[in-house]
Amino acid sequence: MNWLYDFSYLTRSIHESLAETFEPTTVTIIEMALAGVCFMILFALLGLVLVYAERKVSAFFQQRLGPMRVGKWGTAQTLADVIKLLMKEPLMNKNADRFLFNLAPYIIMIASFMAMASLPFAKGLQALDFDIGLLYISAVSSLGVIGILLAGWSSDNKYSLIGAMRSGAQIISYELSVGLSLLTIVVLTGSLQLSTIVESQANGWWIFKGHIPAVIAFVIFLIASTAETNRGPFDLAEAESELTAGFHTEYSGLKFAFFFLAEFANMFILAASGATVLLGGWMPFHIGGWEGFNGVMDYIPPIFWFFGKVSFLIFLMMWFRWTFPRLRIDQLLTLEWKYLLPVSLMNIVLMAFLSLMGWHF
Amino acid sequence: MEEVIQDKDLESKEYFINMGPQHPSTHGVLRLVLSLDGEIIRKVEPHLGFIHRSIEKMCEHDVYNQIVHLTDRMDYLSCHINNEAVCLCVEQALQLEIPDRIKVIRTIIGELTRLSSHQLWWGVMGMDLGAITTFLYGFRDREMITDIFEETCGARLTMNYNLPGGLMFDIHPNFQKRTKDFLAHFKKKLPEYDTLLSNNVIFRERTKGIGYLSKEDAISYGVTGPTARASGFSCDVRKHHPYSAYDKVKFNEILDTEGDCFARYKCRIAEMWESMSIIEQLIDNIPEGPHKVPTKAVIKLPKGEWYKKVETARGEFGVYIISEGQKSPYRLKFRSPGFSNLSALDHMARGCKIADLVAIMSTLDLVIPDIDR
Repeated sequence: MNWLYDFSYLTRSIHESLAETFEPTTVTIIEMALAGVCFMILFALLGLVLVYAERKVSAFFQQRLGPMRVGKWGTAQTLADVIKLLMKEPLMNKNADRFLFNLAPYIIMIASFMAMASLPFAKGLQALDFDIGLLYISAVSSLGVIGILLAGWSSDNKYSLIGAMRSGAQIISYELSVGLSLLTIVVLTGSLQLSTIVESQANGWWIFKGHIPAVIAFVIFLIASTAETNRGPFDLAEAESELTAGFHTEYSGLKFAFFFLAEFANMFILAASGATVLLGGWMPFHIGGWEGFNGVMDYIPPIFWFFGKVSFLIFLMMWFRWTFPRLRIDQLLTLEWKYLLPVSLMNIVLMAFLSLMGWHF
Repeated sequence: MEEVIQDKDLESKEYFINMGPQHPSTHGVLRLVLSLDGEIIRKVEPHLGFIHRSIEKMCEHDVYNQIVHLTDRMDYLSCHINNEAVCLCVEQALQLEIPDRIKVIRTIIGELTRLSSHQLWWGVMGMDLGAITTFLYGFRDREMITDIFEETCGARLTMNYNLPGGLMFDIHPNFQKRTKDFLAHFKKKLPEYDTLLSNNVIFRERTKGIGYLSKEDAISYGVTGPTARASGFSCDVRKHHPYSAYDKVKFNEILDTEGDCFARYKCRIAEMWESMSIIEQLIDNIPEGPHKVPTKAVIKLPKGEWYKKVETARGEFGVYIISEGQKSPYRLKFRSPGFSNLSALDHMARGCKIADLVAIMSTLDLVIPDIDR
């Protein structure tokens, strides 16, 4: 069971056994392919679990049972949905831009796929660990907006176009707040490398060690990341009561499934990066100095801590979605530019001051 | 020269969008042609007729007992009140004396209908603004009323219970108990509506100051019901021209002066409290007596013209009958509240955003079959 606590043994042994038989270049290619397959499996699993979770969570918020028929407690419902989506006819408008229309879902998928690569899932379980990890995640995850804009533009539907324009304004605005709230913690860690950020929380998570500014950053991050994933109460790009389905109105079948899956993957990525920076990532709940307590917490494997924190954040996002009404586009932009952005800028200054005076733990 | 042309290309132009006939928030087959400047609405042009079934023409070929079965297909959420209007008009023409028992039961049924309609409106209002959970909460509480109706008249939608001269059947033995159970249940649940939606910051931001309708405009557009009362136009038919048992009960006409979406919202929530108080006053005091006044199997109205109006959940509903002394009316005209309320939409929505239009339509509480007939 040792491998569950530190994946670097496992990854090293795989690497060494490959290195014995193959040349270094081949080893790299094989490892890349392996990582790719792992991420694809993770992606599919995420889709299955999160769609089911969302349906159940929404059902319980709405005093109903949710899917119950396919499998025990409806657990196989997502599989059935996938089969249904596969069998649907891929429709396209006559005047749609065929190339861009087909390209858009893949761009969104690729963006979330790339961001997944640098997430530290557990100790030693990280495909890409480089010194600009956090910057890379926020850069790559905002690539998805290109896909949304292309989808809206190419579908030859005014509803889609309005949805895409809204989403463009929204994601680009809220990207700032997400970045700034994460940067607030980077002031303390002094590094953008995700593994270093996690290691720096061995004696307590940053949300506790950075107290007031860290909590403010956490709240801003929650709001802004919900907006960046285009989820309610910020789901203006889809806004089914105004724009029918927004930018993916014209999509059907598998291409629609891609949009659907990417939404959940993006939610996971943002929750994961928030958990990594603010809630300690895979680091168990530690309190500096309490060795006995920390030892007990270490019995729970890091990978469970990581997914536990991520699910908590995802649950919060689902809670928002199933409780709040939707904002209007001007209110959405007012919230970002007049409130969240100034507050997060002030917060960074506050955090810098705090770290200069050494008032954090 | 080239520069000028390029500038012209860059100029933002108005474009139009077809909202409906298939659209989630038109609640039916209403087609709105929106002229838009970006997201801002310049003009709203409703196109009607997608669910026109020529009910008025059909009524001219039906006997009076059959007309009742068509009126509940107009505003299906106020079906009992619509039917009551036809019955009252025919009874007025026949100069029938209606016993108190029938009047009281009709009033209770009418108020239950109003409650269930407002519950559905509340759920749908939340859904239009993006809070889907409210939809199911509204339906959860509406279910109890639907069950009472199912027991009383055998149907859950397009219900028929009123007939010219009385009621089709007497009330079910469980009726009073179940209605009281419902009131006890809903009194606890209605404050929940406030916590979930009315006190929500986003909801208030979305509705306050949106879709303003002044009292003068409300009157000149013929707007009635809670929509007009939120603008300060006192128009409750139950108060001004009491019918059935409304002259025997105490209730307040809810008036507001703000005239925006939030005022209309508040009006309907307050009306639910009033409806509950009306039912409470009557439910234990249903007099004994027959549930029907004997009439001829085929009613023939004397020659003449009659008009009767009632207050449905949406506003003033009128029935105008011209009789030539035959078994069917010579001409029959319904004054439906939805049609007049819709006419104010363009006036209210100009200069708003698309999202505001959805909020405005939601507070108008449109039922499309009522508009098209």
